[in-house]
Amino acid sequence: MARGHHDIGGLPGAGPIDQTEHQLSDWEILADAVNQALGARGVKRTDEMRRAREEMDSEVYRDLAYYERWIASIETILIEKKILTKEEIDRKLAEFETKWGEP
Amino acid sequence: MGRAVSSSSGKFKPGDRVRVRTDDRPGHIRTPWYIRGKTGWIERMYGEFLNPESLGHGGDGLPKRILYLVAFNQTDVWGATQAPRDKVLVDIYEHWLDPAA
Amino acid sequence: MSDAPSEAHGHDHPNHELSYYAKRIYAIRDLLLEKGVITEKDIQCQIEYQEARSPANGAKLVARAWVDPAFKARLINDPKRACAEMDIDAASINEFVVLENTQKVRHMVVCTLCSCYPRPILGRPPDWYKSLNYRQRAVNDPRGVMREFGLVPSDDVEVRVHDSTADIRYLVLPLRPEGSEGLDEEELAKLVTRDSMIGVTDALPAATLK
Repeated sequence: MARGHHDIGGLPGAGPIDQTEHQLSDWEILADAVNQALGARGVKRTDEMRRAREEMDSEVYRDLAYYERWIASIETILIEKKILTKEEIDRKLAEFETKWGEP
Repeated sequence: MGRAVSSSSGKFKPGDRVRVRTDDRPGHIRTPWYIRGKTGWIERMYGEFLNPESLGHGGDGLPKRILYLVAFNQTDVWGATQAPRDKVLVDIYEHWLDPAA
Repeated sequence: MSDAPSEAHGHDHPNHELSYYAKRIYAIRDLLLEKGVITEKDIQCQIEYQEARSPANGAKLVARAWVDPAFKARLINDPKRACAEMDIDAASINEFVVLENTQKVRHMVVCTLCSCYPRPILGRPPDWYKSLNYRQRAVNDPRGVMREFGLVPSDDVEVRVHDSTADIRYLVLPLRPEGSEGLDEEELAKLVTRDSMIGVTDALPAATLK
């Protein structure tokens, strides 16, 4: 068992702290709210979300933005719990592209 | 330093020296790698909590585990280059702690 | 709000410029609503709950603790009850601990494993708190981190870094700034920054308000 890619306290090579802050986009606010709503409804626990992030591909973990990691975990957990399937999500996305895709 | 969070009796009490286990098991673990194998002391007992190692995988988190605030000298964790007074404190579950001399 | 088209029932949908994951959350949201797993109201409530949470809540607690020693004692001994006294909703925090800074001790809080943070008191964490660099360095180079934020504790000060690995959420009670004796609670609250309640800085100096 290797050290998890999330388990980074004390790892060497970290640089200066980037103190710039960004206003959350709508999709980030939505990700946050959906996550909290699922928790409030007892559909999933924060611990499961953390575990899903830990199980992600390490490259993906480091490359994704913070809320993108959340969205990936939400999807993983919902599929695991058989609440949604990947195919349904893909289909819904394709619908969006059709309705609201490039003009 | 604040109220006792619970009246559960734990294996350790404030002041006891403890060593963090170096178990290397799979699954959702909340004991950071950098503190494994290190020796510190109990600052505080926080009481019983559902076990995240079970919750993370959809389990019910039972039996609950006792959680401690464990303090370490930075010099003991990272080596003698750090400021000698400084400490790092980690919330660690009882099953990750062994008594130390 | 984005300029993405909205449906008759009022919520937004993604425009094609969003990233893969960004678009996916809209799809997931729509499906969860269709299946009745969550409701529109659930989502709206969470958005509003989060918007109501900001460092101003923490600043109120700190300012009151500075002027009222009995309140400070209550805040340290039973933080959730002290919050309730001030109409700050800390109910969703499992356990909450207040770390008091003194002339001889500075605390700093991190979650090296993810980004645990006292959201009900302070709102969302800043990007830097969630960054890999902060999570890596806070535990083995806290003074280096503090220096970047403008705080340089002397050698006789003890720096205590808390890694919040479990359900305990930590709030730093910063030192009351020197020369602030003449300020009232409302003015004092303006000196209490979010970063001082995480512990990477002290509170703003009293002169800031002059």
